Amino acid sequence: MSTRKPLPLKKKTHSLQDLQQPAVSSKVFIQRDYSSGTICKFQTKLPSELESRIDKQQFEETIQTLNNLYAEAEKLGGKSYLEGCLACLTAYTIFLCIETHYEKVLKKIARYIKDQNEKIYAPRGLLLTDPLERGLRVIEITIFEDRSIGSGR
Amino acid sequence: MRNCEYQQIDPRTLTVTPSTAQNQTEKKSQPVRRKWEVFPGKNRFFCDGRIMLARQSGVLPLTLGLIVVTCGLFFAFDCPFLVHHLTVFIPVIAAVLFVFVTISLLWTSFTDPGILPRATPDEAADIEKQIDTSGSSTYRPPPRTKEILINQQVVKLKYCFTCKMFRPPRTSHCSLCDNCVERFDHHCPWVGNCVGKRNYRFFYSFIISLSFLTSFIFGCVITHITLRSQAGKSLVQSIQESPASVVELVICFFSIWSILGLSGFHTYLVASNLTTNEDIKGSWSGKRGAEDSGNPYSYNNIITNCCATLCGPMPPSLIDRRGFVPPDEAVPAASASEIELPLFTAKNDAHRCTQSTKDVLERMVHSSDIPGLCPHGAPKTTPLGLEVPSLPAPSMEPSPSALCSQQHAHQPAPLPCTQFSRSREKDSVQSINPAFRLALPSPSLSRTSLILGDTPDIGFVLRP
Repeated sequence: MSTRKPLPLKKKTHSLQDLQQPAVSSKVFIQRDYSSGTICKFQTKLPSELESRIDKQQFEETIQTLNNLYAEAEKLGGKSYLEGCLACLTAYTIFLCIETHYEKVLKKIARYIKDQNEKIYAPRGLLLTDPLERGLRVIEITIFEDRSIGSGR
Repeated sequence: MRNCEYQQIDPRTLTVTPSTAQNQTEKKSQPVRRKWEVFPGKNRFFCDGRIMLARQSGVLPLTLGLIVVTCGLFFAFDCPFLVHHLTVFIPVIAAVLFVFVTISLLWTSFTDPGILPRATPDEAADIEKQIDTSGSSTYRPPPRTKEILINQQVVKLKYCFTCKMFRPPRTSHCSLCDNCVERFDHHCPWVGNCVGKRNYRFFYSFIISLSFLTSFIFGCVITHITLRSQAGKSLVQSIQESPASVVELVICFFSIWSILGLSGFHTYLVASNLTTNEDIKGSWSGKRGAEDSGNPYSYNNIITNCCATLCGPMPPSLIDRRGFVPPDEAVPAASASEIELPLFTAKNDAHRCTQSTKDVLERMVHSSDIPGLCPHGAPKTTPLGLEVPSLPAPSMEPSPSALCSQQHAHQPAPLPCTQFSRSREKDSVQSINPAFRLALPSPSLSRTSLILGDTPDIGFVLRP
């Protein structure tokens, strides 16, 4: 380290915000939960940054519903096997014609997220991003803070 | 301009000029592009993003050529004789098999194998935050791994330096295509693409149907020559009358060994829910002695394993090739690239940092508080730049099947950071901010707030 005065780096970033004084946004990422294998499932634990913003139960309910929807999309059952066998018999050309079960559920998920954003998250200054836009890796939650002057987090 | 800990910005490059301000408006008026045009991996796209191939198409033309030529010769020279002497169903069956093989091959080659899009700068910064690098800038940080428990089995997730994320289980980075591919099996040069989660079933259909096709043609040609020589002619005479049959025989004979072997091998993999990558690395075998007990992904039932792999639901393509790049991402490219800076070699960073810092300056109201934005992680990045070649590289052993030279992921890229810095610009364009696409509370939530929103991450990166 150089001999200059150590910079309080976190505060440094906030001082930049002070200059502009717009609404600040930061992001929290809910990572995948791989304890059950490679199926799409997200961790339900409420991150510390959101504790002041949203009720833990509400958050867990949202994530759990999303997990259930993804499980429904990836479920191995009669319907998916039928789709798979039919696809094989037609040399997979049906994938060009019809919408698969997975795609239908993804649309359902997109509608659910939009609905949750409108009803629950936007009033609290939060925004859920559809994990599909992040390659199903994370659920990105953007936190909007109203023009806080130097308060930071 | 104060001296930075890592690298000094040349103050002369930081002048805010009217031309740079103009660049902003120019970027705004850039034509809207589709995401495939800014895709950072080494892939080629056709039909406006509908079809994709690896950059090196390998021997795909040869594969197609061999199949077409062999079947063409068969239909032209052997079928007339066989239809006359046996049955009309022979060319019918051959035609059905030929169509199935060709379509499966094209599906395998042109489908997204399950490419994972690279992490956005925000995600990457968040992950960096969580990794404890314990600050020593001169010491090369250890390879980043994370252990998780899957079905009571410990699995190590590795950090991908190119894609800037912890790879999900069974995901591997293909150095030829420069992408992380889910459920990575192998990169097949015969098909000219990686084989992964989304196109494994097509690949399997291809090799199974090709086995049937080559066996069928081989059998028919043998029958043809035998029938000819039975009609009072010698074998040599029969061959002279139908020389094309010999060509087909030779092609089929050599193909059958490799194709049947490959089919058998992949049938074993499907039945035990393994990938070629895992089998060759011996990830699950030998750990507990028993066959399937080590594999946490296996359903321990052959039928279920087969159904899950081949008939399971078709996952969507995650890279959204034909989506449009949101226009407001072109401008935050500079700020996003600041966050990515600490992860790359200093050489390329120096130029980019000054460039991006210049852009930041344009947005800030001629702020003097610039040093805080100097995230030249030069000591930090150089080790990373060196580290990629030394990532645990499993041996590049040839696969059991001679036909498909199955190349595994961890070939160190010679200049990973240079390549990535080239693609970083494209990457940063991809940093999606749907918050700004949806209705925002205040119209002042512009790119500036995006930058400011990112700076906490820079702050963390700078933490010694």
